[in-house]
Amino acid sequence: MAKVVFILGDDISTDHIYPGRFMATVLPNETPQYAFADYPLNKKLLQGQIPPQSILVAGENFGCGSSREQAVSALKGWELVVIAKSFARIFFQNAVNLGLKLVICPTIEAEEGDELEVTEKEVLNLSKGKRFPVVPIPAARQAIIEAGGLIAYTRQRLLAERKP
Amino acid sequence: MGMTTVEKILARATDRAQVFPGEVLEPRVDLAMSHENSALVINQFHEIFKGTGLEPKVWDPSKLAIIFDHRVPAESAKTATNQKKIRQFVREQGIQKFHDIRGDEGGICHQVLVESGYVLPGYVVVGTDSHTTTHGALGAFAFGIGATEMASVWTLGRILNVEVPATIKVILQGKIPPFVGAKDVILALIGKISAQGANFKVLEFHGDTIRRLPTSGRLTLCNMAIEAGATSGIIPPDEETWRYLRTECGITDRNIDLFPDPDATYAEVVELDVSTLTPMVAFPHAVDNVKSVEAAYGVAVDQIMIGSCTNGRLDDIEIAARILRGKKIARTVRLLVFPASYRIYHQALEKGYIKELLEAGAVIMNPGCGPCLGVHEGILGDGEVGLSTTNRNFKGRMGNPNAEVYLCSPAVAAASALTGVITDPRQLDLAGIESQP
Ligand code: SF4
Repeated sequence: MAKVVFILGDDISTDHIYPGRFMATVLPNETPQYAFADYPLNKKLLQGQIPPQSILVAGENFGCGSSREQAVSALKGWELVVIAKSFARIFFQNAVNLGLKLVICPTIEAEEGDELEVTEKEVLNLSKGKRFPVVPIPAARQAIIEAGGLIAYTRQRLLAERKP
Repeated sequence: MGMTTVEKILARATDRAQVFPGEVLEPRVDLAMSHENSALVINQFHEIFKGTGLEPKVWDPSKLAIIFDHRVPAESAKTATNQKKIRQFVREQGIQKFHDIRGDEGGICHQVLVESGYVLPGYVVVGTDSHTTTHGALGAFAFGIGATEMASVWTLGRILNVEVPATIKVILQGKIPPFVGAKDVILALIGKISAQGANFKVLEFHGDTIRRLPTSGRLTLCNMAIEAGATSGIIPPDEETWRYLRTECGITDRNIDLFPDPDATYAEVVELDVSTLTPMVAFPHAVDNVKSVEAAYGVAVDQIMIGSCTNGRLDDIEIAARILRGKKIARTVRLLVFPASYRIYHQALEKGYIKELLEAGAVIMNPGCGPCLGVHEGILGDGEVGLSTTNRNFKGRMGNPNAEVYLCSPAVAAASALTGVITDPRQLDLAGIESQP
């Protein structure tokens, strides 16, 4: 069970999530400070008001625009969970690669402060007493998630191909 | 069963006779491009090799391209240090397709790649930049990926677990009217299908409009395919593709058939008659908030930008120079022009366009991404309005969430520079000005 801390509309771009002016910062341990830098959420994160596993709920096409991976590592750094009606392709792939938790839930209804429970099959909005079905992550991506992300997955493949 | 162009490319890159949408493949990569974000790719690349006992070596240095363009010359000590690290990596790994900050061969990655002949029809091209879709204009399957995924490609030479995307067939018909261009066509298409209308799919362009469209305009179309959410845009290579590769890069024809089979399967067919198209404008703060220029008449602008990987090519600069020749831009605007590459800069100098633009009051900036992504030169002030030939107008995209950005073609941008308000070039007294280069 976790709380919704931020509600967003459709077409939230990676420029919103991680503004271009911080793009010179690349390392995953340095990017979280700039997550949603132009939104009040940023201050709350920096002040430690947002516990891990807190949920962002967004509309369609979350993460559209630039391929910048900082948009994923910044959210991953705070261990946030993103539930959206749909995701843009590059953001979705980056999230799988880095292990940011995403939930595709095309009919989700929630507001800030709602308590949600996410299972494999559905999102339960405990505050509203409603359930919303979840679209499973494609099997092809599952292999990367199970390996612990793309770095570990590639390392396995590398060792299988080039014996040290 | 027939295949689309991208399916044919993926079959070739996996040594198969046939591939199907939704199938998961590990295609070979022919070209792997990155820019300043190579700093992160290098970090992730070393992570992969950690604890393996193997020496971190890229799979094939001749297939990597690294171009500095996003923040050139460096805007901060941090960027400068990243660039320094990347130069060292380039030397260690023996990467030849490296374009540093130079006046003879630098520029925006998506322009440098095509004009250098690095991209060929049938290639699988990946880039750590969402506008890698641009290269579909030359008949390559080209798409954007993240830095960690690029580190994986550098290691293995293949891209893991890629699903064959479904394809949308876009048929463009009719002759593009005067002072309307490829930018207006793609803005109209995005307005029609929305910013996510092609999510996870490929846009394959057809129709008599495409057959007549020079590579420059094709690059503009494919560049903005991502703004409809597409994995990639692609134009099946034809005579024009080979003409471009021959004259720009000295590459001779290859025998490769990438035209889709007549019985190829499409997820959708979208048709657009361009013969009645007007200049288009994308209103703040969404690329699919597209209206005809009439709807924006009279909107006062503070800064106008002509350039970027979308519209910084020679014909874009040419149309602007033609409109501004012998005139002065309004006192209330700043006009920034940034050619997409130094090759284009040199050509524009030789043709006299640069002088004409300067005399009209434009500021010529160094080739590179410039103000497009809002990290560097040309950031807008609070409450200011920008008019730009770039490809994105998300809130804050140009460095200030308290500013507004409208997107348009170079012709609309140049016409508006004369008046200081958003202007339809067809309404100016343009007697004697050729509308098409
Ligand atoms: S010009 Fe703009 S859109 Fe093109 S590569 Fe540079 S930052 Fe990206």
